[in-house]
Amino acid sequence: MINSTVAEISAALAAGDISSVEITQAYLNRIATLNGELNAFITVCEDSALLQAKAADDARAKGNNSPLLGIPLAHKDIFCTKDILTTCGSRMLHNFVSPYNATVVERFIDAGTVLLGKTNMDEFAMGSSNETSYFGDVKNPWNTEFVPGGSSGGSATAVAADLCAMATGTDTGGSIRQPAAFCGVTGFKPSYGRVSRWGMIAFASSLDQAGPITKSAEDAALMLNVMSGLDKKDSTSIDRPVEDFTASLDQPLKGLRIGVPKQHFAEGLSREVEQAVRDALAEYEKLGAIIKEVDLTNSHLSVSAYYVVAPAEASANLSRFDGVRYGYRCEDPVDLEDMYKRTRSEGFGEEVKRRIMIGTYALSAGFYDAYYRKAQKIRRLIKDDFDRAFEEVDVIIGPTSPHTAFKLGSKSDPVSMYLEDIYTIAVNLAGLPAASIPVGMANGLPMGMQIIGKYFDEAKILNVAHQFQQHTDWHKQKSTALVTASGEA
Amino acid sequence: MEWETVIGLEVHVSLSTKSKLFSGSSTEFGAPPNTQASIFDCALPGTLPVFNEEALRMAVRFGVAIGAEIGKRSVFDRKNYFYPDLPKGYQVTQLDFPTVGKGSLTVTLADGSEKVIGVTRAHIEENAGKSLHEEFSGMSGIDLNRAGEPLLEIVSEPEITCAEEAVAYLKKLHTIIRYLDISDAIMAQGSMRCDVNVSIRPKGATELGTRTEIKNINSFRFVEKAIYSEVARQQEILEDGGRIIQETRRYNADKDETTSMRSKEVANDYRYFPEPDLLPIVIDDEYIAAVRAQLPELPDAREARFVEDYSLSNYDAGVLVSSRELAEYYEIVARSSGDSKLAANWVSQDLLGLLNKNNWSIADSPIQAERLATLITRIKDNTISGKIAKTVFEAMIIDESGVDAIIESKGLKQVTDSGEIEKLVLEVIENNPEQVQQYKDGKAQVIGFLVGQCMQLSKGKANPGQVNELLREKMQ
Repeated sequence: MINSTVAEISAALAAGDISSVEITQAYLNRIATLNGELNAFITVCEDSALLQAKAADDARAKGNNSPLLGIPLAHKDIFCTKDILTTCGSRMLHNFVSPYNATVVERFIDAGTVLLGKTNMDEFAMGSSNETSYFGDVKNPWNTEFVPGGSSGGSATAVAADLCAMATGTDTGGSIRQPAAFCGVTGFKPSYGRVSRWGMIAFASSLDQAGPITKSAEDAALMLNVMSGLDKKDSTSIDRPVEDFTASLDQPLKGLRIGVPKQHFAEGLSREVEQAVRDALAEYEKLGAIIKEVDLTNSHLSVSAYYVVAPAEASANLSRFDGVRYGYRCEDPVDLEDMYKRTRSEGFGEEVKRRIMIGTYALSAGFYDAYYRKAQKIRRLIKDDFDRAFEEVDVIIGPTSPHTAFKLGSKSDPVSMYLEDIYTIAVNLAGLPAASIPVGMANGLPMGMQIIGKYFDEAKILNVAHQFQQHTDWHKQKSTALVTASGEA
Repeated sequence: MEWETVIGLEVHVSLSTKSKLFSGSSTEFGAPPNTQASIFDCALPGTLPVFNEEALRMAVRFGVAIGAEIGKRSVFDRKNYFYPDLPKGYQVTQLDFPTVGKGSLTVTLADGSEKVIGVTRAHIEENAGKSLHEEFSGMSGIDLNRAGEPLLEIVSEPEITCAEEAVAYLKKLHTIIRYLDISDAIMAQGSMRCDVNVSIRPKGATELGTRTEIKNINSFRFVEKAIYSEVARQQEILEDGGRIIQETRRYNADKDETTSMRSKEVANDYRYFPEPDLLPIVIDDEYIAAVRAQLPELPDAREARFVEDYSLSNYDAGVLVSSRELAEYYEIVARSSGDSKLAANWVSQDLLGLLNKNNWSIADSPIQAERLATLITRIKDNTISGKIAKTVFEAMIIDESGVDAIIESKGLKQVTDSGEIEKLVLEVIENNPEQVQQYKDGKAQVIGFLVGQCMQLSKGKANPGQVNELLREKMQ
């Protein structure tokens, strides 16, 4: 049952075919067997998970039948969880036990889910390979010599390897979609403002957004139903009614207008990924959709603009990690300046320090107009491109990543790593919702397809993704590498 | 060479909201360290600010009161610097789009002349916490109770030309803020603080000289003294052919001098950028109109009304409206006693004298407005003389009972019985034949002496008018 979707487990729980304690124990066993190899979890909450599962079973016995009751999940270690270690993948927070729950965490508690543990991630969500974590690399379950993508690599791996039924991730420039593509799972980044950021450790405040990582679009809809909605504790969360995202999953796609951005099929895209996405588009045409080319003229500027805005915001967001109140503090500081310098030099990893430096530089007197202000202008242009495109189409589809997962340690140049997110970053700059769903396999590794929607039109993306998954089974593909390695079914 | 001084003031006022600018923590003064610091105030990871609209209302109230432009779209920015009492590593403030834009204050100077001083802007920002360096050997303590409290920073135009004007501006600002009830504005407690920018230039020059900034001065008197000493220092340097260094200085009251507090902190590049965790605050004309409709009567309007309604001099009215509480006190005394001029004298002299001597506020006063009004009424209805009233006033400070009860128990009631007064007058005439003769010889002013004798004999209780009348009658 551990390889089932949330929808299937939910049905089994409701039918009494299985208990939450049983399925929770099954996941805990799987974690015990495989986490040593995959390193997907930083913290496993075995005891509390079983207690929550028991409570869920009791609640069900009393008539509670909410869809996610008793479903075991994992949270990316960027979400603050009360009384549980919350590291954000950093030495800076290696000892930080949060005294409060993130709103996302709170909402899953209210929904009756079972928290299995906290997943590994690139340090402070800065990375596209999960190699920047203080807690070590996460391995791609399809081939452990390859990266799972990042920054939500632990969550994507955990879902792909059946270490949990579903997981949360966060996406600032592609951190849900790219690892979902690399690991062959469904990842969803909601519209900016759809999901509360309260309790989610900030990387770049104007871009960060939490979302689900699941085994199907339907599961993503189930998670979004719980995660979404106004939170007064986050001033940037949007006050709009939350619809039932499962409601429109089954709508036929006849007449759907799909935009294909020519810029996403240009130089740098691997042949296999291009073919897989083109095949998917042909599938959509069979389902009655109309394909139109769209022009995202300024998309070539998105990576540059992003690497000004995101580090600028990060440089301020990460100032609070100063060794004064919590987290890492260097040994025996001689004075205040020494404490600041050594705490931050020792507590942060290389990539985090690099981005703090970039951001600090971009905001410096004399450079602000040339970098930060200009980047904000580009952001506006990119948003305008999407607005124009969405006058003609309902969704935009292209590859999530130019290629399949790459080998651990193979990208040492930061800029080539930054270019990993070339198709995903513009979506964050424009604040739009987008999903990545599995669209094929190449050389034993999965490939992902990105579906971008209009602002707050999550339901349409889920509908488009779900219909594809009803007619294909790429999302049901499972790695056989682990089964043989662990000797278990 | 003759010099002229150019001064600009930056005043920080603690807005008296119940909770902090971006969190629900209480802002009450004097709580034990860190008991009013929420997870947001401690800058725990993942926490976010939620703007307290009460602070906006107060800022707009101030802006409307000084006739300022109100920013219909104000934007918060992050000002980045590291300091242990700044938990987030940045202060949230308003750089390019403050809530309050250009306005002005009219101040009255000692010679009675008026001067309009421009206010450049007033913006909302958060306070830092406090570093405690005593009690912790080799370490510092951090108290975050104050961190995140709302401040309004009010920046003047560099249009102030001397210490006297600076103090007049500050006092006017203080009065308006107190009238608006948006801050305690107690300098000694830090709820009002002042930074002074000072430069000098040759008289008539159009270019500004290099300025220095004197930080965190906490009394009107020190502002005045700091300006005197800084101007003298700058003048001495320039006259010796030196140059002023643009820097931050501190005023040392004990030595009456300013000293440089140059540090790396001052050379900071604050790397301002718009705070992405908060949306711009957008308000419309309706909002501003609603705030305007709730403005109380302000000091200038009240002064004019006092002159008009109570026939007071501009000076007396000015003294009485200098604090809202004093003005309200005066109005009760004036109305209840029915004698606005007598009320003005008693309030501005006797009462204020008493309060100043004891360092009391109006609220501390042992003599409430209604009691003072009764005292004045007793003067007017001849129960006591004006002189005896001073004695009764003194008694009222320690005796809480009613004015009449005090007059009664101390036997201070004025003697108006004509038989008693006749007895007094006859006795004085008999004891002072020389003066009586002088009067009869035409030296009319001797009457004063004889009245005085009668009053003395009655221990001040005789009605002086009646005494005067009867004396003249008996000496004819």
